Amino acid sequence: MAELNILEAIRIAMDEELERDPNVMVLGEDVGRKGGVFGATEGLWAKYGGKRVLDTPLTEAMIAGAAAGAAIYGLRPIAEMQFADFSYPAFNQIVSEISRMRYRSNNAFGLPMVIRMPYGGGVHGALYHSQSNEAYFTSTVGLKVVAPGTPADAKGLLKAAVRDPDPVMFFEHKKTYRLFKAEVPDGDTVVPIGVADVARPGKHLSIFCYGYMRFCALEAAETLAREDGVEAEVVDLRTLRPLDTETVLASVAKTGKALVVHEANRFGGFGAEVAAIIAEQAFEHLDGPVTRLAGPDVPGVPFHHSLEDWFMLNPAKIVEAARGLVAY
Amino acid sequence: MSAMANTKVAELGHKALGLTDADVLAMYRQMLLARAVDERMWLMQRAGKIAFIISGQGHEAAQIATTWPMRPNQDWLAPYYRSIASAITFGMSPEDIVTAHLAKGDDVSSGGRQMPGHYGAARYNIVSLSSPVGTQVLHAVGIAMGAWVKGEDVVALTSFGEGTSNQGEIHEAMNFAGVHKLPVIFVCENNGYAISVPLDQQVGGLSVAARAQGYGFPGVTVDGTDPLACYAAAREAHDRATRGEGPTLIEAVVHRLTSHSSDDDQRRYRDPAEVEDLKQHDPIPLFASRLAAVGLLTTELEEQYRAEVKAEINEASKRAEARPEPDVATAERWVYAEEGG
Repeated sequence: MAELNILEAIRIAMDEELERDPNVMVLGEDVGRKGGVFGATEGLWAKYGGKRVLDTPLTEAMIAGAAAGAAIYGLRPIAEMQFADFSYPAFNQIVSEISRMRYRSNNAFGLPMVIRMPYGGGVHGALYHSQSNEAYFTSTVGLKVVAPGTPADAKGLLKAAVRDPDPVMFFEHKKTYRLFKAEVPDGDTVVPIGVADVARPGKHLSIFCYGYMRFCALEAAETLAREDGVEAEVVDLRTLRPLDTETVLASVAKTGKALVVHEANRFGGFGAEVAAIIAEQAFEHLDGPVTRLAGPDVPGVPFHHSLEDWFMLNPAKIVEAARGLVAY
Repeated sequence: MSAMANTKVAELGHKALGLTDADVLAMYRQMLLARAVDERMWLMQRAGKIAFIISGQGHEAAQIATTWPMRPNQDWLAPYYRSIASAITFGMSPEDIVTAHLAKGDDVSSGGRQMPGHYGAARYNIVSLSSPVGTQVLHAVGIAMGAWVKGEDVVALTSFGEGTSNQGEIHEAMNFAGVHKLPVIFVCENNGYAISVPLDQQVGGLSVAARAQGYGFPGVTVDGTDPLACYAAAREAHDRATRGEGPTLIEAVVHRLTSHSSDDDQRRYRDPAEVEDLKQHDPIPLFASRLAAVGLLTTELEEQYRAEVKAEINEASKRAEARPEPDVATAERWVYAEEGG
């Protein structure tokens, strides 16, 4: 066991996968000599060379499209979008090509590839370095979407993503990169895609979350227990698609109340799908309205710190929403 | 034709390119085959058997000649929707192609999931094609990148029209291929029209090939009705690629003999005289005349080829029509990989 932060865990996962499988490669902007703008690929260029850890031009469509071609050829590329906000030039490749390749070719071509995307706000990145745009990709059939919230999950899920036969969008909340350290199992520990984690058991309500919101929800649960005697169950979804519906429904059956939390804006966000599944499949267990706590419906995280603070979810906002639901 | 055979031109020039008499005759026969398959599918479309046709007529010389140097089961093709003749050179049979156009359940391209013209076949190293134009060009570059990373001797050829050449992804693909001298051949089949919009309304500099200079590799313009000119350019491009010297952009100037597709009528936007003149640019009789002029193609051989090709497409379409329809029970399969395959 080593104490690592999420960024270190991601770097070690890539290092171990590059070491393990000669078909694994990393490509993206500044991932080589610089080691990535966040440092996720630090040291890999020196260790594996400039072909397997490849600095690309500033061309996101090329990063995604060439990764797709390489995957067709038999490689297992890990492509990095420098910020999730900059993935839109690659949207055509991701949505038209990468997600649909297996289906449209009747299983003749699969694309084992990962697209890593730092996402989320709270880092003074404003409208174009803060987006949580996972809903575009969770609504695209053919992609898998993963958003870890702990160092152990970041490492284990990234390894699973690299080995997956299908394309995986790997969302890394950039505020969590150096937020905390936690124990990460040494060596080749893979965390399966599609399995949620009950991060804290409870009985009065369920809080469904992922990424940075796991950290916030656990803090909120601590406050609720201490100040209100409320035991919140925190379910970290970890994988958004395929969603671990079973764990979600089991938690609602236990608590009768569901609070779905995400930083992305509310309307049409991923939480709407979680809420709909609960409403459809756990109606008889519900003891209150399925409630969403989400980022506000504005086009992005505004820059000034007071504006950004207004936008961002935090433990206090989760506590407040939980209290309202518990009191219902 | 026999009269022309008596006035022999001294030289076809194929031997200087390393092509034998048998090679050029095989190329010619393949052009006839691609045309026969294409024409048959139009008939099947008119008869209501095929929903939609997007044709390669007029592009056969460019397609067959540029794919001719490609090595089977080693090199790759990322085609576009007119690539019927390229797909044949890479290994798709007339039956494969007609089966795909009929959207049969065991069609090698998509099992009936994609529209006609969406070529692809893993078994022949032909990448599956979608409808947004130009996306396939990055896949060819990615295949070339994969081979470069692995140190393997592979060349990827991709084809697209001059309309598509304006897409941003083409720029991103060519730029990246130029940076790393990747083994790619970009073939722009310039037929002068993006559906209805003529070249001078699409391409500022009027030349696609000229753009290659900015990417650091050669761009050549060839007469796309002349298979030997196309072959010479492709041969050199392939040699450059395998020598590690990087990509080549070949702009083959061709003539679209049909409307854009079976849903289009080009008489609405092309001058009647221009449409009438298209016959003068049909690569098949043009090449036949040259082969005859040097005595390679006799009337007997021409008749033999046409009879063989006709029998082949008759048989292929008969077999394709007898293939099973897709099973609706499979429509949810292969969204993701499934256990055991």
